Amino acid sequence: KQEILKWNGWGYNDSKFIFNKKGQAEFTGKRYRLSGMVLPVLKEWMEKSLGASLEHKITSRAFLNTSDVPPSIVNEEFLQDLRATKISYSQEAEDRVFRAHGHCLHEIFVLREGMFKRIPDIVVWPGCHDDVVKIVELACKHNLCIIPFGGGTSVSSALECPADERRTIVSLDTSQMNRILWIDEKNLTAHIEAGIIGQDLERQLGESGYCTGHEPDSMEFSSLGGWVATRASGMKKNIYGNIEDLVVHIKMVTPRGVIEKSCQVPRMSTGPDIHHFIMGSEGTLGVVTEVTIKIRPIPEYQKYGSVVFPNFDRGVACLREIAKQRCAPASIRLVDNAQFQFGHALKPQVASIFTSFLDGLKKFYITKFKGFDPNELCVATLLFEGDREKVLQHEKQVYDIAAKFGGLAAGEDNGQRGYMLTFVIAYLRDLGLDYYVIGESFETSVPWDRVIDLCRNVKERIVRECKEKGVQFAPFSTCRVTQTYDAGACVYFYFAFNYRGISDPIHVYEQIETAAREEILANGGSLSHHHGVGKLRKQWMKESISDVGLGMLKSVKEYVDPNNIFGNRNLL
Amino acid sequence: MKCYTPVIYKGLSACKPSAIKNSVLQSEQVQYVIKQLSKEMGESTDIIQEEAIEILDEMGHNLHIGAIRFFAFSLSKIFKRIFQRVCVNEEGIQKLQQAIQEHPVVLLPSHRSYIDFLMLSYLLYTHDLALPVIAAGMDFLGMKIVGELLRRSGAFFMRRTFGGNRLYWAVFAEYVKTMLRNGYAPIEFFLEGTRSRTAKTLTPKFGLLSIVMEPFFKREVFDTYLVPISISYERILEESLYAYELLGVPKPKESTSGLLKARKILSDNFGSIHVYFGQPVSLRTLASGRINRCPYNLVPRHLPQRLSEEIQEFVTDVAYKMELLQIENMVLSPWVLIASVLLQNLPAIDFELLVEKTLWLKGLTQAFGGFLEWPDNLCANKAVTSSLALHSNIVSLVNGQVVLNDVGMEDGATEELVFKQALSILMCGAYRNQLLNVFVRPSLVAVALQMTQSFRKEEIYSCFNFLRDIFSDEFIFFPGIALKDFEEGCFLLTKCDVIQVTPQEILVTERGNSVAVFLAALFRPFMEGYQIISRYLSKETKEAFTEKQFILGIRNFAFQLLEIGSTQCYEVLSSDLQKNALATFVRLDVVKKMKTTNGFTYTINKEALSKTAEMFDSQIPIRKLVTARL
Repeated sequence: KQEILKWNGWGYNDSKFIFNKKGQAEFTGKRYRLSGMVLPVLKEWMEKSLGASLEHKITSRAFLNTSDVPPSIVNEEFLQDLRATKISYSQEAEDRVFRAHGHCLHEIFVLREGMFKRIPDIVVWPGCHDDVVKIVELACKHNLCIIPFGGGTSVSSALECPADERRTIVSLDTSQMNRILWIDEKNLTAHIEAGIIGQDLERQLGESGYCTGHEPDSMEFSSLGGWVATRASGMKKNIYGNIEDLVVHIKMVTPRGVIEKSCQVPRMSTGPDIHHFIMGSEGTLGVVTEVTIKIRPIPEYQKYGSVVFPNFDRGVACLREIAKQRCAPASIRLVDNAQFQFGHALKPQVASIFTSFLDGLKKFYITKFKGFDPNELCVATLLFEGDREKVLQHEKQVYDIAAKFGGLAAGEDNGQRGYMLTFVIAYLRDLGLDYYVIGESFETSVPWDRVIDLCRNVKERIVRECKEKGVQFAPFSTCRVTQTYDAGACVYFYFAFNYRGISDPIHVYEQIETAAREEILANGGSLSHHHGVGKLRKQWMKESISDVGLGMLKSVKEYVDPNNIFGNRNLL
Repeated sequence: MKCYTPVIYKGLSACKPSAIKNSVLQSEQVQYVIKQLSKEMGESTDIIQEEAIEILDEMGHNLHIGAIRFFAFSLSKIFKRIFQRVCVNEEGIQKLQQAIQEHPVVLLPSHRSYIDFLMLSYLLYTHDLALPVIAAGMDFLGMKIVGELLRRSGAFFMRRTFGGNRLYWAVFAEYVKTMLRNGYAPIEFFLEGTRSRTAKTLTPKFGLLSIVMEPFFKREVFDTYLVPISISYERILEESLYAYELLGVPKPKESTSGLLKARKILSDNFGSIHVYFGQPVSLRTLASGRINRCPYNLVPRHLPQRLSEEIQEFVTDVAYKMELLQIENMVLSPWVLIASVLLQNLPAIDFELLVEKTLWLKGLTQAFGGFLEWPDNLCANKAVTSSLALHSNIVSLVNGQVVLNDVGMEDGATEELVFKQALSILMCGAYRNQLLNVFVRPSLVAVALQMTQSFRKEEIYSCFNFLRDIFSDEFIFFPGIALKDFEEGCFLLTKCDVIQVTPQEILVTERGNSVAVFLAALFRPFMEGYQIISRYLSKETKEAFTEKQFILGIRNFAFQLLEIGSTQCYEVLSSDLQKNALATFVRLDVVKKMKTTNGFTYTINKEALSKTAEMFDSQIPIRKLVTARL
């Protein structure tokens, strides 16, 4: 699988944004709806919003220079023991570098221009739960450090190897543990090996007419075990729930032994739920090997939708009302004006004059007839799922509420494009990197009454910090509300800037991200809604969960893994 | 007609005053308090709501451009007539203009006269800047037509005391915050709370300041700009009124007819006014790293919340910082120097000598960082002469000697000599006081040197610390930085070659002796005043007394002393000094303040009193208050 993925960027090798010979942006490959299309206005948007220019290009090196890679240091006795288990392994530089990072900006930057100080010494591919047990036993015996690796889509520096780790680092790649072990149609559960990748899981379950409904934006590449280890959240959580709602049973291998419950029940009152020590443990306690997860019959009907609001405040008020009435569709997202305009920049070339005429008409209707300010308006994208009739009914209910907040239905197409963008936007960062633009996304959760203030303040803080740090072009700083809950919402920020003229862009970038996180916390937001803490946000853990809380987690770690075999040093 | 198109806050959602009132009334904050009160008092919410509406109406501003034009027109006529000129720092205006567009702005002018806010609004109007809404005292409302006019030009009114009234507090606070949050207009109020009768900056009040800071604490706004504004008058309109007031002749209630009587002022000359707009200070920058965010994250934002100690401390610091910035930019006129010299050379001083000493003081003031406005084109002689002419109601030139006038009551009733003398000294003192703000640190070092009669730095510092503590209601000191203040005082003295500082000792230079004497003499009235008051208290026999009784008592006591000539300290008659002293004694636990059904009463702790009195009176070395690490 490693072969079809980029080694120094996001996603598939064949899919990327390029500027073609005519200087127009194009998305290559065949995998996405946008693939093979020309995006005529993207270039202009990049020039206008980020001050990027096609003339200033830097290209990443094309291949990994294996001589730069830190040597693999593995004790021969361990290798002998490992060979005896017949578990496949590798000490190749490419394999080790591939598993030395996630997808934080600074990690990608290092891949393009430098080299990590520390990477795994050896990669192992256990094929099943028992293999994992053997590896962990060996690691304990030889005092090695294990870092579990699933899909490698972490954005919290969770996969980075601690630079001062002197022991041999074993990257435990779960990708070969990817079978659905059984499906229980009576209880609607499935027992699955934790290494399975999201899209494979959904496809294979689909063959039997089921789905989990768990769709994080990274689902093309992220793994079930990774979801459990970070407390993941899926786009359609309104119907299916987040990972903690989906999981029925977890099996995890720790240095102390295997932890699991004795039954597979919907709920039990047996003290604090041990699943909650595992979910969000970020690879510090052990390796999740098998998970029993709830499944649902594939819904009969799906429908996208979108609503235009005169401004962000009205949009948030509408989402709040929808959450209050508990009638949120499978997914509802509200993007702010900047992101709405950005979405337009990714519009493919229009096929016929007729469509462009229609687009013009729509625009005229909304801005002139309805009086929406094009620099204020924002869009909510919707996804409904279920029985056809119920979906239509549900749709009407939501549009009726939206109308009370000045929202105008803006068509299925806009909605669908919004969701498609979620998947391709990650590719866009690689394009930006070629033109001195660096960017990242981060998220938080916040009570309803503070959503608007938080969004405004964080965006403003980013703009201000950029200015103070000498960034010469105004940054792209935008947000969207991506999930609604009874008591609050999840907010997602995108942030990018042009770093021409700055000598140490990554350092500047990190300072700004830190400031943005400070701002989030000062506005009553959380440290993370679903990305996790990793090493990137560790500094705020104590403040977030109190001294005692941190002590509790530490004492669990102390008991489960006294020798710090799972030594990625995340979280605590 | 002037075209008035001010720049506005970028996040402004335009709305009318009535809409603001409505949104205040409907706000969660006010509704919450209404419900609470209704539960506690068993009254229906409608009745309390009615009450809230009344409060709002009584309070609310009603900005009308017509009223402003009228005001601007008449004010420009009046100002032109009574003031020679009004100077404004243009770059300050530009910065303000910039600030108004970025974030909500709070204007914090100094308060010396009724003219302050009229002048400020007028200036902003003529510079095409957004007119502020002003928190003014309710006493203006009593002025029939004028009150309404003020309201229409943006003033809103607050009761002087409403500590106990929760509904009033909630409505008022929400009113201010609503205007701030949606950037309706800059908010203006006086940190000092009231006009300073003595021209010394009064210690700040924190209530309004904490209200305007709250939206930022709760992150309802990204930032708030605080703009310190210093308004300096060459001659204060109310100068004699203040002196009477300080001496206990009751203050006339503000009334329209009173204002008309003030017409005779129109024929008078009040010199020039300097308005200095300070650099807008970002509250966010001030707060960075100081505020623990937790308290605001764990309680819904509309609930009334007691300020945490940390926040209270922060508000206090900001208030003092702003007042110090005001002081820094106060413009000192030549007359301020003349008054200071004159008061040390009573009853009369030779004109030539006065000029010479004034020039000498000018140099010293500049060295201490005073913001002096000296007419460059004039020779010193002329500058002094013109100052004397401007203040001819206080001083006159008789046979080459400059003397204080006896200011009599207008009705010609024969007053006691002491009273007359006191009036002119207090008037004069109000100008000298402007200098004290700048001189206080080096001067207190000089006083400490005199008191301790010692070279030992440690001893001098502990005396300085004692004095700073005693006078912290009298002058503005940033809380908790005694050592820094001391070092600054020493630095300025060293700079002027008055003292030499070694690691252990402080030595007065030969040349510096006269300066040190002058500096100490500058603060003599306060030293002596406090001494007399502590002497009075040690003679006080009553078990408990009220503030009123205290002031009457001390006044009689001082009158007697002055009549028999055993003191020359007329300023002890100032009720301002008396009240400050009382507050100081309360703070030092010399006097105990107790709340009773009708106000406060005070009792004396004789033991503590005698200790403090000892420290004051004597040249006895002062016991170590703190072991400072120098």
